Formats: sequence, structure tokens, C-alpha cells
Amino acid sequence: MAGRERLTNPPLMNRGVPKIVGRPGPTAYHRLNPLTKATLATITAVAAVVLGGLVGPVVLVLVAVIGPATVAGVLLRLIRTALLLSLPIAISAFLVNLFFFPGGEQVLLRIGPITATAEGLAFALEILARIVAISGAVTLFYLTTPPADLVVDLERRGVSPRIGFVANASVQTVPAMVERAMQITAAQRARGLDTEGSLWRRVRGIVPIVGPVILGSIAEVEERTMALEARGFARPGRRTLLWSPPDSVFQSALRWGLLVALLALIVARVTGVWA
Amino acid sequence: MTLTLQAVGYRYAGADQPSLLEIDLELRDGEVVGVAGASEAGKTTLCLVASGLAPRTVGGRIRGTILLDGENVDAWPMHRLSGRIAMGFQNPSTQLSQVTGTVFEEVAFGPMNFGLPHDDVVARTWQALHTLRIDDLAERNPQRLSGGQQQLVAMAGLLALRPSHLVLDEPTAQLDPAGTRLVADAIAALAADGASILVAEQKTDLLAEVAIRMVVLAEGRVVLQGPAADVLDDARLIELGVSAPSAVRLRRAAEAAGIDPERLRD
Ligand SMILES: Nc1ncnc2c1ncn2[C@@H]1O[C@H](COP(=O)(O)OP(=O)(O)OP(=O)(O)O)[C@@H](O)[C@H]1O
Ligand SMILES: [Mg+2]
Repeated sequence: MAGRERLTNPPLMNRGVPKIVGRPGPTAYHRLNPLTKATLATITAVAAVVLGGLVGPVVLVLVAVIGPATVAGVLLRLIRTALLLSLPIAISAFLVNLFFFPGGEQVLLRIGPITATAEGLAFALEILARIVAISGAVTLFYLTTPPADLVVDLERRGVSPRIGFVANASVQTVPAMVERAMQITAAQRARGLDTEGSLWRRVRGIVPIVGPVILGSIAEVEERTMALEARGFARPGRRTLLWSPPDSVFQSALRWGLLVALLALIVARVTGVWA
Repeated sequence: MTLTLQAVGYRYAGADQPSLLEIDLELRDGEVVGVAGASEAGKTTLCLVASGLAPRTVGGRIRGTILLDGENVDAWPMHRLSGRIAMGFQNPSTQLSQVTGTVFEEVAFGPMNFGLPHDDVVARTWQALHTLRIDDLAERNPQRLSGGQQQLVAMAGLLALRPSHLVLDEPTAQLDPAGTRLVADAIAALAADGASILVAEQKTDLLAEVAIRMVVLAEGRVVLQGPAADVLDDARLIELGVSAPSAVRLRRAAEAAGIDPERLRD
């Protein structure tokens, strides 16, 4: 990397890093350190499961999801995304527990051989509350944190950027796969393949799409790996960072405090001190 | 700064025959060497081997010798080679790191990996963006660009590395004539600064413009080589699955029609 005179002595630039790189987010919640937001999401999700019952998760959703989402101005998007994310599992979990809760006695509704019981309903609501808390916490994190920010922040703390990269790349593979599936579907349809019509015909139509999608993704991952290595990604040693998200003693204390509280809660539940 | 391939052969893992055979090639300071050949002739494979990615990242088995300024690079790990030889792939979307939110960070990604000083990274990034006239894309999300724009961003990411050797596999596949022009100029500028460049291309028009020498591959072997002007005018090109550049075709058509080609210049 030497002697590229014409490229090294530019007449133009003393422009710094563009303002948009690492620009603080629009609201106080966005501006929290990415690790703080990740910690909040994780602890909310785990605590909802550990707490159980109905009141605990509902309070968590109000305090740790709805409240912050309102501050961040993403409440409507959060509701929409979290619903989309959790609706299928929420509905099936709700129905299964409502109708098939073992040992329920107080019958609410009878449809042929299956019965909905009051005990089943109570339990189904509890499950629902947990699912809402988990999907809400995760969605809040994604709506307020660009994944690249978390990667940079972890890197500054000494976590290998490779780990952040792998996590981030796997998340990004999903939309790419969906898009590829749609392209291939369109191409197959253009060649006369039936992807509409009766269910059976559609199932048969899917088979020739699945192969190319998966093979294409594997080939793509291979090429991505090569391209990264060719740009020195596997080089050991510290990378230069253009910016890193600000952190504060308060946030650090908050993270540790929440973590200790969660551990205390788990210990209390496991030992039966608090049931 | 010379990259030398001596009697190099290469076989992909699990392949029953080699994809490259007996390749002798030298890339000297400031030289642009073109690689042409039909589909499956081995252009991409030659790029991977010359950049060191095959076998280091790709696997497979290599024969022969590769020298960088006279030094055998057999034992070099990829990250050491990548400080000297950069490689650009045909598909720009797979070249984006996907961990960056802006084009600026994407182009800075390579220099950042090498731990260069902050100000140096920033200066190189602006310079590379400027060379390809994409300064105004700096703040955009690389994921949301057109294929052609992504190809220029990927190319800028390579320029920012300021490699002494650059290997490009079909760098203009997604580009319109204006984009192709920018890449051709960038290649010429890099070569003028002393870098040596290997370009595999189907578009012989680009090669006619930038290449000094050329090799043509068929079934993994070099079947034609020499000064680019001679190779591109060679009558055997068509049998080898390579179409002649439009300037050559135009001249031949004029000759066939009995028109003096010199008069076409006006
Ligand atoms: N990963 C692989 N494993 C096994 N064989 C491969 C692999 N990649 C390519 N080949 C084979 O190596 C030979 C050369 O392929 P290569 O991709 O280098 O050709 P190319 O000249 O770049 O073609 P194109 O113009 O289509 O890009 C072909 O016969 C191909 O089938
Ligand atoms: Mg190829």
C-alpha cells in the first residue's frame, strides 16, 4: 500500500466523517447505548417468563415496552410489528391452552367433544401475556437500534466483530431469502409452473423453489465470506472505529442493577422464597 | 511490485478435473492485463487463484508457484495477502459487508480492518468515493442502492485499500455505459499510480480501452496472449467464444463492405 501518489494527495478533502455516521437518534430512548437497550430487552423477556402469572408480565409490558415505545414515538409501529411477529404463535398457544388445559373443571363453552374451561382461559391468558412481553421487548429493541450500532458498541468493548457480524448477517439473510423466493416464484410461474390454484398444486409448485433458494443462499454466503476476507476482515488485531455509541456511568450501573435484580428474582423463584 | 504465476494449476475440492492448467502470468507495475474467455473457461477461477482466495478460503488444490515481488506466498495467510492484493467480485451485493449503515462506512470497511489511523481511513474513503464520482452517495444506506450503484460502492471499497495489485472479476457487469466509463477511468488512474490490475471481462470494449496485455482462456488454459490490440484483433477470438470489441467489428464490417475504415473516423 505504498506510493499511490495521485490517490494519496487529493486536492479536495478535509471533510471529516459525514454527520450521519453515528448521528444521535431522534429521542432520548433511541440515544441510550445499544447495550443498554439490548439489556433492557433481554431482561424484560426473561423476567416475563420467570415472573409468570398475569399481573407480572402485564406490568412489565406497560413499564418496559409501552412506556419506552411511547417516549421513542414508535408505539404504533411497535404494536403492528409485534403483532405480525407473534400473532400465529399467540393464537395457536391461546387456543390450545384454552381448549386442552388438563384438569379444567369450570366449563365455559362446549363445541362438540372439546370444552373451554375457566382454568384453561386463565392459563391461556398467562401464556399470551408472556408472548406479548417477549415479542414487544424484542421489537422495541429493533425499532430503536440499528444492528450496526450494537456491533460497533460490542466491538469497542472488545467483543470480536466476527461474532457481531455473524449475528447481524444471519438476521439479514431472512429478507434476502424471502426476496429470492419471490423472484424464483415469479420466474417459475413465467415458465408455466403452478404456484396458484388448489392447495395440493401449490405444494407441488413450491418444491422446485425451495432448492434454488437454499442453494443460492449457501453460494451467496460463500462469496460473502470470500469478499470479507479479501478486505482484511479476518486480520487479527484491533480495527479502526469511526465512532462508537456514547455510554455513561449511569447506564452501566443501570445494566448491572437490572442484571442483579433478575438474578435475585430467578434465585427467589428457584428456591421457592417467592412463589 | 510484481505478481507472478508460474505453471499454476488449480482444482476445486470435489471436482474431477482441474479448472486451471499450466498458467504462466506476470503482472507488473502499472500494468492492466485483461482476461477473456467463454463462459466456464476459468476466468473467475483465475481471479480467485491470483488473489490468493483459492485455495485459502475456497479450498481445493493448487500447483505451481505464486510470487509477490519475488517472494513465494505459499505460507502467507489470507489477511497478509489481502493487504497487498485486493479482489472484486462479479456480484456487488455479496461484496457489501452488511454491517454498515452508510456507504461511507462501507467504503471505509477495508481500511478500518487494517487498523489504519482514523484520519487516514477518512481521507482514503473520501478519495475513493470521489474517484468514482459517488461522493453524494456517502450518507445513503448501501443496502438500498441499485445494482450499478452497489457495484461502484464495492469498487470504491477496493480503491480505499490502495492495493498494489487489484484483481477484478467482471467489474462492470451491472453498469451502464456511464458507470463503465467511471470504472475504466478508475482502473487507468490506479494503474497510472503504479498498481497492477488483472481484469476478467466479457465486455471486450472495456478491455480494449484499459488493457495493455491480454490472455484468453479456454478450458482452463491460456490459448491466446499478447498485446491487447493484437489479441482483440485476432480472428480466432470468435471460435473461443469471445466477441471482438465494437471498434474492431465496425472496422471489419467497413472492410467487408469495401469502405476505407479510415474514413469512419470522421
Ligand atoms: N466451486 C466450484 N467447484 C467445482 N467446480 C467449479 C467451481 N466453480 C467453478 N467450477 C468449474 O470451473 C470451471 C471454470 O469456471 P469459472 O467460474 O472460473 O468460469 P468463468 O470463465 O468465470 O465463467 P463465467 O463467464 O460463466 O463467469 C468450470 O468448468 C466450472 O464448472
Ligand atoms: Mg466467472
